[in-house]
Amino acid sequence: MALLEVNNLSISFGGLRAVDNFNVQIEKGELYGLIGPNGAGKTTVFNLLTGVYKPNEGIIRLDGEDITRKSTIEINHAGIARTFQNIRLFKNMPVIDNVKVGLAERYKYSALEGMLHVGKYRKVEKEMDEEAMRLLKVFDLDGERDYLAANLPYGKQRKLEIARAMATAPKLLLLDEPAAGMNPNETKELMDTIALVRREFDMTILLIEHDMKLVSGICEKLTVLNFGRVLCQGETKEVLSNPEVITAYLGE
Amino acid sequence: MNKITKQNLITYGIVIAAYIILEILMLTGNLSSHLKGLLVPMTYYAVIAVALNLCVGILGELSIGHCGFMCIGAFSSAFFSKATENSLPTAPRFILALIIGIAMAALFGFLIGIPVLRLKGDYLAIVTLAFGEIIKNVINSFYIGIDSKGLHFTMKSAMDLEMEADGNVIVNGAMGITGTPHNASFTIGIVVLLVSLFVVQNLINSRDGRAIMAIRDNYIAAEATGVNVTGYKMMAFTISAAIAGAAGVLFSHNITTLTASSQYFGYNASIMILVYVVLGGIGNIRGSVIAACILYLLPELLRGLNTYRMLIYSIILIVMMIVNWSPKIIAWREKTFGKSGILGFILRRKKEVA
Amino acid sequence: MSFLTYLINGLSLGSIYAIIALGYTMVYGIAKMLNFAHGDFIMVGCYIIFSVSAALSGNSVVGIIVAIILCTLLGVTTEFVAYRPLRGAASPLAVLITAIGVSYLLENIALLIYGADIKSFSSVISWEGVSFAGGQLKIQGVTIVTILVSVVILTVLQLFINKTKQGQAMLAASEDKGAATLMGINVNRTIALTFAIGSALAAVAGALLCSAYPSLSPYTGAMPGIKAFVAAVLGGIGSIPGAMIGGLALGIVEILSKTYISSQLSDAIVFGILVVVLLVKPTGILGKVVQEKV
Repeated sequence: MALLEVNNLSISFGGLRAVDNFNVQIEKGELYGLIGPNGAGKTTVFNLLTGVYKPNEGIIRLDGEDITRKSTIEINHAGIARTFQNIRLFKNMPVIDNVKVGLAERYKYSALEGMLHVGKYRKVEKEMDEEAMRLLKVFDLDGERDYLAANLPYGKQRKLEIARAMATAPKLLLLDEPAAGMNPNETKELMDTIALVRREFDMTILLIEHDMKLVSGICEKLTVLNFGRVLCQGETKEVLSNPEVITAYLGE
Repeated sequence: MNKITKQNLITYGIVIAAYIILEILMLTGNLSSHLKGLLVPMTYYAVIAVALNLCVGILGELSIGHCGFMCIGAFSSAFFSKATENSLPTAPRFILALIIGIAMAALFGFLIGIPVLRLKGDYLAIVTLAFGEIIKNVINSFYIGIDSKGLHFTMKSAMDLEMEADGNVIVNGAMGITGTPHNASFTIGIVVLLVSLFVVQNLINSRDGRAIMAIRDNYIAAEATGVNVTGYKMMAFTISAAIAGAAGVLFSHNITTLTASSQYFGYNASIMILVYVVLGGIGNIRGSVIAACILYLLPELLRGLNTYRMLIYSIILIVMMIVNWSPKIIAWREKTFGKSGILGFILRRKKEVA
Repeated sequence: MSFLTYLINGLSLGSIYAIIALGYTMVYGIAKMLNFAHGDFIMVGCYIIFSVSAALSGNSVVGIIVAIILCTLLGVTTEFVAYRPLRGAASPLAVLITAIGVSYLLENIALLIYGADIKSFSSVISWEGVSFAGGQLKIQGVTIVTILVSVVILTVLQLFINKTKQGQAMLAASEDKGAATLMGINVNRTIALTFAIGSALAAVAGALLCSAYPSLSPYTGAMPGIKAFVAAVLGGIGSIPGAMIGGLALGIVEILSKTYISSQLSDAIVFGILVVVLLVKPTGILGKVVQEKV
């Protein structure tokens, strides 16, 4: 059984079918790419998968569980974490606290213990700190633990966003244009980070990307969207050599 | 001991030190009776400033109706104290009154939070103002009395209570509650302030506090990270209302005639608290305590200043907002002073708490 | 007959709210900010008319003209000095808190100049009004003038927005500032123009408000200002006909609840309406939905 199974997913805004009959199957451990020209509906697919929009039709299953009409929060708890095209960090909070927000669902104590700093507070906080630092180390952010997220350089902000998503211990990680706005060096480093995440956490990843080099370099499978529809789907090499895909990308 | 614990202890230290100094001055007869009268109000304004900063600085939602919660705390506790004045000894009665005032304010914070927190930004602010005014107006038209048959309630007039001859009007419409026992003292005020600080500062450094600040910084990302946005907003707003209620209890047990007047509970009073919070630093809990105390005492002590007080405060408020938040000025500051260096460090620290 | 009188009084008060609400709704629609000080512009206008009329021994026409000019200047200056620097600030609360500061500043300047005691304002409209049904139904001149003025203002504004270049620029700026700039629209100037119109309207509203309710204090404008914002929200913020409908509805509700329920609770009822509207239909009667992009 595939980890993520999406069947006949559709949504319309007004008269426009932004996503039309979208299907995808992602196996556990895969690195899957979702590509397509501007306005093809890639981010809309992400927003459907994470419950930001509710689909008009279709079913989304994660690990066999139907998550189609659940809220964003429930979907996160079910095991999907994401990053955003325009980075959305908790800017005025320290780097480590950004990660600890993600950890909060797994490391719990009551609100009263939190307000009075009694009971399990000290023990759980210590465990959270250790786990957060472990994550930050993986992303090479441990040196900046007390920086405000807003003060990190761009590349590190991207990394922190991934680290925060990983803190929620997802089954599936969605990355929305992780290389947007990066120079070639940063993109290279990002590719290493994504590879590292896969290795270290045995993570299944679905990523939206514009950067063809990045896509062909790391994704095993691709789905190409055009005008909200699946244009082509399959192994990366086959997809990229498909003439229809080339037309959609380069124009007539 | 980590950095945060140290910062928190410094805050308690400042409050306790100020308390000891003022107590010594009082014992040695160095405090005028005028100044003595200002000490309890100083504490409750500091308490409500802490409450409002939790709402504005930590939750990130502007409330301009917080004095409404103070009003609820004041009236519910004063009603209880008046009703049981002859049947309960002072200490347990006041403690119960305090609990009732806090609980009622929390209850209303929760109930009002349900609709209010569905809104954002300007709309949320104006609706808190609306609720503040509604609370004030409704309390102003309450008439509650007690006689041998029990409680009587009407919204028409004291005569309409139709009480027995032994009846006692407790809440008399716009004339409010008269003769609440003066149980609040400077010491009690300081204790309430310390407890409020303890709760709020600890909250900020807990998983719930981080969730609340995450919502403030980016609610879309917070949701995607699994934070229960509505629940945590409610939690912060309710706690903030509860603390404002505690301030109200101090208020009503320090005044002879309690009325739901605009002067104390209207939106202008709420805005005054907002001035304390902004000048002390949005999100800086210690700052709002210090700002509340200084800004409350200063004009009271320098009578000449009183005329110009609000004029000066409003100018400082405008200038501070522009200097701290204008994108152009921030860019200029960073260009001129850099992100490092002494001034850069100070500015960054400020940002850290903002 | 008395019900009809109250209804007409409500229409008159509602017309004043509508004129103030027009200022709110235009500024909110275009600058996306709640100008908390808008109500205080009304108060400033009233004091100017009061002073000028006193200096010219009762000539209120000159007073109104001076008030309109000075309020326009005040609005544009406030926008330039206090609000423009905060455009694009990281927190949306920054400009709202600043506006609250401006409101406080204006009230306290008035307090220093004129003192806290209430000044008696002599109506700018000397017309007695008309009587119907043998004197049973009397409509005051100020009531009729108020309603007429608001209708004229609404019509002119609608024409201005829909038929002139500047009006279209305003619409464009309210939709998308970035795109408007790319289309060659000077967004800063458009916002300044919006403030100018809104503030001039505040002066007009002030003249009418104080003619109908002739007591003037530094806080005269605050409450009507807030209620007019309620009216703007009720009608749908950003919508000019909406401000008119919202204003009239609010004025009628206020007068009727004052008369038939309780004068103590009428404000609570007005604010209760705001709460209900924002919960049931947050975009108001004529507003449109805007969703944040993820």
